[in-house]
Amino acid sequence: MGFQDELTHMGADELHDLQLERLKKTVVDCYEHIPFYKRSFDEAGFDPYAVSSLDDLQKAPFTDKQNMRDAYPFDMYAVPMDEVKRIQASSGTTGTATVAGYTEHDMAVWGDCFARGIDYAGGGPGTVVQVAYGYGLFTGGLGGSEGCRRIGAVELPMSSGNTQRQVKLMKDFGTGILACTPSYALHIADTAIEMGEDPSGWPIFAGIFGAEPWSNEMRKDIEEKLGICALDIYGLSEVMGPGVAIECREQNGLHIAEDHFITEVVDPETGKPVPDGEWGELVFTSLSKECSPLVRYRTRDISRIVPGTCACGRTTRRIDRIAGRTDDMMIIRGVNVFPRQIEQVVVGFEEVAPHYVIELSNDGPLDKATLKIETVPDFPIDEVRKIEDLQKRLQDGLKSELQVKIDVRIVEPKTIERSLGKAKRVVDLREKGE
Amino acid sequence: MDQLTVFVENSRGHLTGLCKALGDASINMHAFSLAETTDYGIARIICDDPQRAASVVTDAGYRATTTEICVIKVPDTPGGLTGVFEALEKAECDVEYSYCFSSLEGAALNAIKCSKKGVEALAAAGFEAVEASDLA
Repeated sequence: MGFQDELTHMGADELHDLQLERLKKTVVDCYEHIPFYKRSFDEAGFDPYAVSSLDDLQKAPFTDKQNMRDAYPFDMYAVPMDEVKRIQASSGTTGTATVAGYTEHDMAVWGDCFARGIDYAGGGPGTVVQVAYGYGLFTGGLGGSEGCRRIGAVELPMSSGNTQRQVKLMKDFGTGILACTPSYALHIADTAIEMGEDPSGWPIFAGIFGAEPWSNEMRKDIEEKLGICALDIYGLSEVMGPGVAIECREQNGLHIAEDHFITEVVDPETGKPVPDGEWGELVFTSLSKECSPLVRYRTRDISRIVPGTCACGRTTRRIDRIAGRTDDMMIIRGVNVFPRQIEQVVVGFEEVAPHYVIELSNDGPLDKATLKIETVPDFPIDEVRKIEDLQKRLQDGLKSELQVKIDVRIVEPKTIERSLGKAKRVVDLREKGE
Repeated sequence: MDQLTVFVENSRGHLTGLCKALGDASINMHAFSLAETTDYGIARIICDDPQRAASVVTDAGYRATTTEICVIKVPDTPGGLTGVFEALEKAECDVEYSYCFSSLEGAALNAIKCSKKGVEALAAAGFEAVEASDLA
């Protein structure tokens, strides 16, 4: 039996009933204890006492980051200060920090969510979990700490930094699971190799990595260097912290902690729900939070529900890896397109390099989208026919994935900017407005 | 012999850059043919040391490769090329592309990209293949 299997293998009806019962309590708590929600529910004509099905949640208004900033610091706490046991806050790099509070129960729920990740990774009591997320206001470190406590694993509270020591203790203490940002995991691996070590032969068997976007190439790189299975973890301090959704070893989507969160995926423009499988903005409603409950919080993170059931046997729905932010979304001929969707098509073609740019321009009254991409060095450029065939297959692949026509232009190498960080993938040359 | 093939975007200055890169590396061209499409061209070049030429051009930022092609001597007279394509047609061999270039001792040279079967058919029809060393 894995950790909290009864909650990750629930039948649909059982989960539905649990979610509904918790949702009713959450919306009433919000209405009665948080002035913002009283105002916002009243303005939207949403009656929290009349919720009788999960669908009724659709009638509730959204909450966004600005609402949370306006409530700085404690105006969205639903409990008195003597019940608050911890404060965590976002970095505030994009504006006023958002401040989340946790009761004793909230911390336990958070720990349970993270602990599931330790379980998914194959760890449990006796496993040394090296937590190399920063400990502090940032939710990574203490989230990992709570997770270790809940599942009974051995917490190695390294926090971030002092990389050579991370390597030494990883080896000496027999770390089983590393929890940190993917870029730091790679840095630890590279440092170990520079120190003349080969961590792929050490006891470490898994990693729980999150808090920043990472590519599949990066995942493979980390997995090979450390000899581990690297799992993606999702969460944000406004909603709880890491653990809202976590990958299992199937590495095919992140299982949502559905007993604690209702997940919606909406069209970022219209706010309307999109069907399972389609990309959109993640919206969360908390079901168990006492201090900082949230109703329909718009994360600005782009993902989708992975259709079907997971081979691991857990029944919880999965979200795909975060494809970007709503700010990255393009609207081409009225269709929402995210760079990640294009990437998914492109990586299926071994004839092209993974560097590309989408150029948007006007074609009369219509939008014109052009994908500029390079071939790999050994592509047979000698024959126009083969290049045209590649262009056509790429165009067909994009059309079927995106439902919108994208012209494909093969370009010379190095015309597309290489970037170590976030590459600029979209160039919008369209004339704005009327 | 090997032909240098270069992918060239349809932008001003790209052909200049290509030729300059070869010139700076003291690589002499014997033939230059350009296939054009709307977005890009494919430059097909017979030159000295095509392997080195490909790496020079790649370093200059182009996508370049070498391609094995067949170069044969063709009579430099009216109708001289007819026999070449007749031989290929009889052998049921399609031509990917073809271009003619300078005369060599009274004969024209024709470069052809086709299958091995086509090359054999041309030899059987009496067309003399030219080697890279003949051009130097």
